[in-house]
Amino acid sequence: MSGLLAGKRLLVTGVITDQSIAFSVARIAQEQGATVVLTGFGRMSLVERIAKRLPAEAPVIELDVTNAEHLAGLAGKVQSTVDGLDGVVHSIAYAPQSCLGGGFLDAPWEDVAQAIQVSTYSYKSLAVACLPLMKQGGSVVGLTFDATKAWPVYDWMGVAKAGLESANRYLALHLGKQGIRSNLVSAGPLRTMAARSIPGFEQFEDAWAERAPLGWSLTDQEPAARAVLALLSDWFPATTGEVVHVDGGYHALGA
Amino acid sequence: MTTRDEITAGLSEILEEVAGVNPDDVAEDKSFTDDLDVDSLSMVEVVVAAEEKFSVKIPDDEVQNLKTVGDAVTYIQKASA
Repeated sequence: MSGLLAGKRLLVTGVITDQSIAFSVARIAQEQGATVVLTGFGRMSLVERIAKRLPAEAPVIELDVTNAEHLAGLAGKVQSTVDGLDGVVHSIAYAPQSCLGGGFLDAPWEDVAQAIQVSTYSYKSLAVACLPLMKQGGSVVGLTFDATKAWPVYDWMGVAKAGLESANRYLALHLGKQGIRSNLVSAGPLRTMAARSIPGFEQFEDAWAERAPLGWSLTDQEPAARAVLALLSDWFPATTGEVVHVDGGYHALGA
Repeated sequence: MTTRDEITAGLSEILEEVAGVNPDDVAEDKSFTDDLDVDSLSMVEVVVAAEEKFSVKIPDDEVQNLKTVGDAVTYIQKASA
């Protein structure tokens, strides 16, 4: 088999529709020779329908990253379909509505705690749950939205992403000895289900497309997906704890 | 050519399976969200299932215009023509 990811066994979380970044990751990974296993959350029947739209239908394992039993059982369930993993994609985030859309000053701690558990802590939880399957080393890749700045309407999700970017560095620190890399892709705004649930998200959209040196498509998940796959491949062997921007160059500009 | 009634019947099956809607409540003038209580994620699945059942593509931008069952029937009939 040929392709950038020939023979790689990948676990991909975060598919909910065919607009999901994770869907493009799974699709292109298969095209590049990888075997893909998906996890789904909440609406499993929807994830299973979407899994059938991949070039090769992928098995779907139910995974709530806040559920200790799901995490403990994950490696075993993955192992019933593939004999190990070379890469894991974390494309998971959630915040209650109170945490988004300008509610920064009023969001209660319980809601913020949930946002951080699902969006930040789960990066570590997922990686650790998959460790038994990555004895030969591997690559963990997550998705962030540039957390070095405060954005309108992103509020506590921005704080959760800042935590994710830090957790990425710590995961790199703690898993390096085992030959496991940890990196994030910082994508520009994309019209996914996740974006649709952020009130006022369209405020990012026009400025991004206008200002990004390379331009930016709000509906093309492929650039972000390709970067995820590059980081999962053997072509970043000495890169870990990194955040790769896939945003048309927007982050590089001051004004 | 699929008739409006056939499409409505197909949608009714999907709505029952995906969102637990009673088929007796489904009619062309019913709103997905206001009358049938289909939440946004269920609506996404209804659309995905309808795309498969009727072999059509319903783009995201179009979904927000499909307020009633009748809107969806019209769109599917046009798209599959």
